[in-house]
Amino acid sequence: MSRVLVGVKRVIDYAVKIRVKPDKTGVVTDGVKHSMNPFDEIAVEEAVRMKEKKIASELIAVSCGPAQSQETIRTALAMGIDRGIHVEVSAAELNTLQPIHVSKIIAKIAQDEKVDLVIVGKQAIDDDCNQTAQMTAAILDWPQAAFASKIEKAGDELTVTREIDGGLEVIKVKSPAVISADLRLNEPRYATLPNIMKAKKKPIKKVTPKDLGIDISPRIEILSVADPPTRQAGAILPDVDALVAKLKEGGHI
Amino acid sequence: MSQKGRVIDLYKTLLHLGKDWPKGYDFFRDRLKKAFLKNKDVSDPEQIEKMIKHGEYVKKEIEALYMLKKYRTLKRRYEL
Repeated sequence: MSRVLVGVKRVIDYAVKIRVKPDKTGVVTDGVKHSMNPFDEIAVEEAVRMKEKKIASELIAVSCGPAQSQETIRTALAMGIDRGIHVEVSAAELNTLQPIHVSKIIAKIAQDEKVDLVIVGKQAIDDDCNQTAQMTAAILDWPQAAFASKIEKAGDELTVTREIDGGLEVIKVKSPAVISADLRLNEPRYATLPNIMKAKKKPIKKVTPKDLGIDISPRIEILSVADPPTRQAGAILPDVDALVAKLKEGGHI
Repeated sequence: MSQKGRVIDLYKTLLHLGKDWPKGYDFFRDRLKKAFLKNKDVSDPEQIEKMIKHGEYVKKEIEALYMLKKYRTLKRRYEL
């Protein structure tokens, strides 16, 4: 039986059209629907399934962010996580909070809570960093299994199928380990209304990075945030000669 | 739970699911209310049972729809 720590991030909902602030300092977050990072939902689901299979004994969810991050933790609790840890980071600090800081926080909590397994989503859909799992494993000096699409447990060993370029890789890791969930690991459940009510009674511990002894001073400065370039309209050309001329003009041939 | 309780429970659950409806909560709530009101005079327990079953089926379909929508969006975004 093992204890599992799951990292969950509060991000702008996947269905929301992202708008960049006119002063190019970031994206508009006020009054925008937020939800749990979809890859973290997959991580939560995997942990809950482990508990249902009696592989895991206790599930803990951790989230770093402003007060509203508690809602994200509640969602995880409604899906079946036992308790939450909210690491309070102000909205201003959140802008320069990077995977290095988050992985230090997760590593510290993993040691404090004596967990046997850390599961996080492979990346968040807002910054797309894809670093937290790898860095956490490095800080803890634990084996890592990133981009997991299947996890099986045998003794204190985990057999993990990883999604890699052009195929699958099967590896064995010894617990304790860090796993990051890929898209096809499972299909996350929808939190039902009664479970959402029950989740309100589950405990959430509030800590600050300072309590954990972690320095979250910025390592980067955001210079500018811009929209991706819009695609140019296409044109229909009358014949091959016109096409060749156009390609030459563009310097493609 | 009584049959009446189960119908109310189903209605509340569906309302909750409607909050994420692509065309908006109001659109969903109107349709849902109409669908329930249409059958308000049904009193045969067996028939009500059938309708509850249908409601449960719709609930599962909506959940599946949301899941698929999310999965497809992510797949499109991250696997080119």
